[in-house]
This record gives sequence, structure tokens and C-alpha cells, in this order.
Amino acid sequence: MSILEVVILLPVLAVLAVWLGAPARLVSVGSALLNLVILLGVAAKYKAAAATGGLAFQHARVVLENPAISFGVGVDGTALILGLLTALVTLAAVWQISDDRPPMYHIASQLIAGGAFGAFLCTDVFFIYAFHELALIPTFLMIALHGRADDATRKAVAWKATIYLGAGSLVLLAGLGWLVLEFSGGSKLTFDLIALREMAQSSPLPVEKQGVIFFVLLIGFGTLVSLFPLHSWAAPAYATAPVPVAMLHAGVLKKFGLYGLIRIALPLLPQGPHVEWVQKAMLLMLLGNIIIIGLVTIAQKSLDRILGNSSVMHMGYIFLGIAAGTELALQGAVLLMFGHGVAIALLFALTGRMRNQFGTLEVAKLGGLASHAPVFSILFAFGAFASIGLPGLANFAGEVLIFLGAFGYDGTATVGPLQWTVILALWGVVMSAVYMLRAYRGIFQGTAATGLFMNDPSFSQRVPLFLLAAALLVVGCCPWLLLDFLKSLSTTAAVAAM
Amino acid sequence: MSVFSIEILLVVLGVGLLLLEALVPSLTRRALASISLGGAALALVLFFFADKSAAALPAFAQPFHQLDTLAVFYKGFALVITLAVLWLTVESRAYLERYTPGGRHGEMFSLPLIVCAGMMWMASAKDLITVFVCLELVTVSFYVLVAFARKSSFALEAGVKYLILGALSTGVLVYGIAWTYGVTDSMSFEGIAEALAAPATAKNAALLGAAFLLAGLGFKVAAAPFHIWVPDVYQGAPNPVTAFLSVGSKAAGFIVLTRVVDAFMAKGSVIASEVQALLLIGGALTVLLGSLPAIFQTNLKRLLAYSSISHAGYLLLALGCAQTARFDLDGSSVAAFYLGTYLPMTVLGFLILTVVRQAGLGDDAQDFAGLAKKNPFLAFAATLGFASLAGIPLTAGFMGKLFVFLGLVENAHWFALSCAVIGAAAGFYYYLRPVLVMFTGESGPALKIAAPTRAVLVLLAGAILVIGVFPKPLQGVLKVPVASATK
Repeated sequence: MSILEVVILLPVLAVLAVWLGAPARLVSVGSALLNLVILLGVAAKYKAAAATGGLAFQHARVVLENPAISFGVGVDGTALILGLLTALVTLAAVWQISDDRPPMYHIASQLIAGGAFGAFLCTDVFFIYAFHELALIPTFLMIALHGRADDATRKAVAWKATIYLGAGSLVLLAGLGWLVLEFSGGSKLTFDLIALREMAQSSPLPVEKQGVIFFVLLIGFGTLVSLFPLHSWAAPAYATAPVPVAMLHAGVLKKFGLYGLIRIALPLLPQGPHVEWVQKAMLLMLLGNIIIIGLVTIAQKSLDRILGNSSVMHMGYIFLGIAAGTELALQGAVLLMFGHGVAIALLFALTGRMRNQFGTLEVAKLGGLASHAPVFSILFAFGAFASIGLPGLANFAGEVLIFLGAFGYDGTATVGPLQWTVILALWGVVMSAVYMLRAYRGIFQGTAATGLFMNDPSFSQRVPLFLLAAALLVVGCCPWLLLDFLKSLSTTAAVAAM
Repeated sequence: MSVFSIEILLVVLGVGLLLLEALVPSLTRRALASISLGGAALALVLFFFADKSAAALPAFAQPFHQLDTLAVFYKGFALVITLAVLWLTVESRAYLERYTPGGRHGEMFSLPLIVCAGMMWMASAKDLITVFVCLELVTVSFYVLVAFARKSSFALEAGVKYLILGALSTGVLVYGIAWTYGVTDSMSFEGIAEALAAPATAKNAALLGAAFLLAGLGFKVAAAPFHIWVPDVYQGAPNPVTAFLSVGSKAAGFIVLTRVVDAFMAKGSVIASEVQALLLIGGALTVLLGSLPAIFQTNLKRLLAYSSISHAGYLLLALGCAQTARFDLDGSSVAAFYLGTYLPMTVLGFLILTVVRQAGLGDDAQDFAGLAKKNPFLAFAATLGFASLAGIPLTAGFMGKLFVFLGLVENAHWFALSCAVIGAAAGFYYYLRPVLVMFTGESGPALKIAAPTRAVLVLLAGAILVIGVFPKPLQGVLKVPVASATK
């Protein structure tokens, strides 16, 4: 039994325990903490354990012989970083659930976490897909049942997200099915990612076909990551979702689409993103995320909408890294996935507190919070500045690597579509600064509006928030801590460069 | 002990129970139920240990009885669903007593046994005569069962509709059999396949026969455009009977359909491609006409009726890919696998409807409001059942759909595939909506369920999860031998 199976199993066991009546908070926080510790241990041993191809802690149980489906687990650098992200955000999310919430909050959060762990740590396409689907159900249910809006609105929002993500998943299923069938040699069909990778290396598909399949996968995965113009479910869903669900979905589960592109689509279809029409379409869509949604975000008046839209916008940078496909850009993309996940989880956690306190999140109605809740406002500043991409925080390292990697300056580079996209995308950083700093000034500085008062969080409530802020700072100052795991991406890049 | 004697045992038991009820007035409902359930359970155990080789059959049965993998699978299937239906009948006590005052429901306990024997024989049929006799044995028993709750106007309506359409479809079926016999000069599937492979066969006449045969069977399995009767009949019939219709009768129709299609689409058949097109178009249409109206249903029993129609569509699509034998399963065994996944989730659905009705509520969606607060266990089981019906990964329903979809992609039937995808997408909506209702709404008085019911629920939920995560055993039962895999 691999230790990774324990990681996937723990949240499921926690759900069962809570369902059977165990003290929800204790079990939930305990299992999340245990998972974080286990994954830190895995990270420490990863280097020594990683076999060729960068996979470590592998283990597989055969579920079906033909088509070959096995419950296989294993981590490469990308999976490990996302596993750490999941553990970190899960701990923070379940910790900050207050005691007056029904146990359903813990059950749903742990189910989402379990699904995310499964999706990130499995090495079988079937289970990767299945676990992600599993995590979506509690997300919808929580938005529909405990969403922070009136009954009709939250149901409408939940259905919108369900239909978008359901349709995206079906497109994804079609793309994955196609991919698997293309690679199935003889009469045997396999869903095993490792076997598929070997086949892709020994006998790659024709370039044009790679482009088509990659595009189908891009639409499928892209819908899950709110790629423009398939993004409109995201902002209302995050504004409505209960805090832990918003943290877990925006912070962790949404990264699944990007993870799938990096771990499944790129290695199997290395030429896919470089087929001309695919590349142009992808660049246009991600510019839509950065520029159009950036402008939309500036126009928002309410903090939850600003955060929801900004989260859509920042996905554009990660797509840029994937579109470029160079080692540097991909490392940046993974790093930014981590940074964005932590930052947005922190911001949603803080925003949830504000909503409980004030009942509104409209920037114009708030003000001067820094004077009576200094710790709170500093924590918020961490999240906001990380989102902008301030040096010293995790997102900066990711964004810089993406921009450098995508621009590909080696003294001879010509200015092609990719380079123009980078130049335009840089303006996104400015837009992020505009809306984040404006929101920060409006809410935390100036004089407090009458009747607005909030205390700093108590010590125990601070712990998860500080944990997230510390992660941003540590990774921001020492990005090599994570980048060291990503050496395996170079093999992908080598294939891509062929 | 051969399988054949188990079938005889079931008939004897069924007829014996009918006589017992008529002649021994002191026998209670409980006693009747115990004999029936015990008998069916005994039959299942005996079946498990029985000698399932064709050689064990008595000599007189050899000419009209076969025992291949599919036959054995469907026989076991018939026994399991019969057992489940008898259990549902036990659970439906209040409903049945309300609409048949004073009765002991003897027919409800004996007729399913006879139906079961009919279905088991049908699975082994080698010729159209046997098929017809068995189908009638099953259908005539169902005429009685559907109209059993005779004081309910819904049940009477259902009974009349089922009687008229059942008789009509029988007529169509016989007409198709007659044409097929006229063209091929044979009643046995083997002979039909042989005759159709000869190039001199009158193609149009053969097609006419095939079309009528498929139409007649289409009524039995609730395939479009012969599905109009389904929602009304399903809604009106008592829950156990609806479950039996939805699972048992459908499976019976599909084993016959499998045999017929195998004969029509055998190697070199002159009408193979036409029959395949009929199956694919019919299947795609059935999926759509089952799924899309389901979106507008507010009554859960009607919802399950439409769900049953759309599942028939996926099954037809599986048969439409009969020629592929990848994944160790060919089209026929994919259909059988699908039915294997369909059984636990549908029975679970009807068991939950029955339990809620037993508690004095109805079948409408609002009767399920707040179920999560009244009985979280029941709501959890229902969520799993509906998730599986919708085909969410790691449940049995997903595995069934996966094989059907893979078959369609494999054979590049893109139109059928897109209809199937639309149906599945609609399914996410109409199956998950009742789940949402269960988790919202005001709490009411707690809904208590007895320990045996709870055990059955756990069993069904377990089956859904096990097949969903570890389908290998079920696939193994149906595995096509390598030799016949390339037909």
C-alpha cells in the first residue's frame, strides 16, 4: 500500500466518521493536519524516491484488465506541489469553519479534498477523471443548499455552475476517450497514464491530429478553469459559495483543469499547443481572460465579485505558460497555480469573515478597517499583494517565470504571436494593481463608516490564516523549494521541443 | 442438479402457492411471503451451485434449450430481480392493503415465481416458438400484476393500457415471426442466421419480418417510438410490479433481442447493416425521448419510468455495436453488463419510493422534501442511487455507460454518440434535482425504517459502489471466450 493511498483515503474516512456522528471539527481538522504532515514527508523523501520519469511512491491495483484500468497512484513534481496545495488549503478551510455550522460543512469540504487528492495523485486517466467529478457534486450541493444568497439566486447559481462544469466534463470525457482510443494498440485499451506516455514517446500521433485532440481537451479542461469565453459560471459561484467551498474550489479544485493539461495533454500531445490554429485560438482566449476579465474586474463594486473575477483573470497567465510549453514557462505555471491557490483561499477566508460581520461587501460602504483590525488587514494585504504579483510572494515568482519562459529571449528570438501576447498580458499586472489596491484602500484605509466595527480574529482563528500567508512568503522568497521538484518537467519540454 | 430442474421447481412453487392460497384460508400473508421468498432464495442458492454445463440438461430439453454464458447470466439475473421484487412486495404492505382490502396478496407472491421461470427459459431459447411461449407466460402474468391494486383508478388505467398495448405488440411480434419463418424457412436462430447468409434470400421480405419482430420487442423493452405506454403504466402499477417491469421485463426483452439480433446480424447476413441502423437510430431516439421529457417530471415514479426508457436506449446502442469484441466484451455482453449495473440502482430507487410511501407519503417530488433531516441514511442511499442512474463516476451506472460510449466511439457511430451524450447530460439535471429536494425543505416527523430494510438498502448501495469501483468480477462473468471474440 502506497502512502499516497492513505492520503486519498483519509478524507473519505473522515467523512464516514463525521457522518456516523464523530465530533466533526476534531476529526476533520485532525485528518487534514495529518495529511499535510504526510505530504510534507513525501516531499522531503521525493528526491530520493523518484524513479526515472520523475514518478515516486508508485503503486497500482488492477481494477479491470481490458480495458486496462487500475487504481494507480504516484507523484511527479507537479502532482506533489498540487498535493501540498490541497493539504494546505484543506487544513485552512476546515479550520476556519465555525462551530455553529452543521457537520455537512465538514463532510462536503473533506469530500472535495478527497476528490482533489485523488485527481492529483492518481496515475490512471479513468480515476483522475472520476475523482474530479466526485469532488464537483458536494461543491454544487453546498452552493445550492448553504449558499450565501436567497433561495432562488443560489439555486440558479448552482445550476449554472453545474451545467457549465457538467458540459465541460463531458467534452473532456470525449477528448480523453478519443486520446485513449488513439493510443490503444492492438486490441487492448489502456487508461494507464504511464503506459500512454510511453506510447506517445515511441509513436507520437500525427501533428495535425494532436492539434485537434489538444483543442478538444483545452475546451474541456478550460471550462473547468474558467477559460474565456467559458468563464461566466465562476464569479457568481465563488461569490455565493460557502466560505470553505469557495476556498477549496477556487484554490484547489479549479487547478485540476490546468493540471490535466500539464500532466495529460502536454506529454501525450507535445505538438498540440504548437499547431498554428490551436496556438492562435488559445492565445486569443487567454488574452480574453487577462484583458477583458481584467477590465470587468476593475468595474466591480463588491469585494466578492472582484475576487471571483480576479481569480478568473489570473488563470490567463497559467494558460500562457502552458501555451508556451517551455520548461521555464511550465515551471512558472505550476508555481503560479500554487501561489494563486493559496492567495485566493486566504482572501476568500477573510472575505467570509467580513460578510458575516457586515452583511455587505460593497467597497463603497466599507472603510477604515485597518484602524480596529490591524492583523486582519495585514493578512488581507498578503493575499492582495500576492495577487498583484508583488516580489517576495509566491505569485511573483510564477508570473516572472511564465513571462520570461513565454517570451523566450535567447538573443535571437523573433517577435511572434507568443511574444505579442506576453507584451499584452503584462498589462494585466497593472490592472490587478488597479483593482486590488483600490479595493484595499476603500476597505481598510480612510475613516470607518459609522456602525462598522470588527475585531481581529482570535488566536485560534488566526492560525490557518497565518499558515496560508506564511506559505506565500516562504515560496515567494525561496521558490526553489518547489522548483526543485519540477525537474521532471524538462523531459516534457524536451519532447515538446522535438 | 441441472439448471433446468430449478426452473421446474419455480413453476411448481408458483402454482403450489396459488393453490395454497385458494384452498387454505388460514394461511397468513406472512406465511405466503415466507414460502415465496424462501423458495426464491433457495432457487438462487441452488442455481449458484448447479451444474451449468449444457451437458447436464435432460435429453428432452436439448433441442430447444441452450446454456451459454449469456443464458446463465440472464438466468441468475432473473432470480435476483425476482427476489428483489418479492422483497419490495413485502415492503409495500400498506399500499396493497389499501387498494385490495382483505386480500392476502397471494398472486403478488406466486406470479413473480412463474414470471421468473418464464424469463429463465427465455434466456435459453433456441427458436422463436420457445421465445413466443415464454414471452406470453411473462406478459400474461404481468397483466394480472399491473392491475393488482384494483381499487386504485391509476392501477386500473395502467392495467387496461398494458393489456391493450401488450396484446397489440404480441400481434406485431407474431406477424414478424411469421414473415421471418416465411423467408428463412426456419424457426431456430441458427437456421435463420444460416438462411439470411445465403445471397438468394429475399432481402426486402426478410427486412419486413425483422422490422415487425424488432417493433414487437420494442414494446416489451420500452424502446421509442413504442414507449408511450410506459409512464402511465409504471405510475399506476404497484411499486414492486413497476420495478419488475422496469428491470425484469426489460431484461427478458433484451435477452430475446440479443438472440434475434445475433441471428439477423450474423456473419454474411443480407440485412445486417439495415438491422444495425435500426438499432442505432432506435437507440438514439429512445435515449432522447426518454431523457428530454424526464426533465419536466415532478413525480418520481414517472421520472423513473422515463429513466427506464432512456436506459433502454443505451442498451439498444450497446446491441448496435454487436460486432465489436474489444474489452473482452461484445455488444451483447455489454448490454448484459449494463443490465447488471441497472438492476441494483433501479431496485434501490423503487425501494426508496416504497419506503417513503409506506410512511404515508406519495411519489411527488415534494413528498421527498426534507428527507435528509427525516432520515439521513435513506437520503444518502437515495443520493447514491440517483448518482448511479445519472452515471457519475465510481458508481455502477458510470461503468455501464462507459462501455456503451467506448463501443460507439470505437465504431465511429458519431450521431448515436452525440445523442447519448445529450441524454447523459440531461440525466445530470433530472436525477440530481430530486437529490437537491431531499436536502432542502422543512423537516418533518422522523421516518423510521426497519432493520431488514436497512440491510437491503446497504446491500444495494454496496453493489452499486462495488461494481462502480471494481467491475472486474461482473465483467469476468460475461467475458467472451477468445475463440468467439472475433465473429
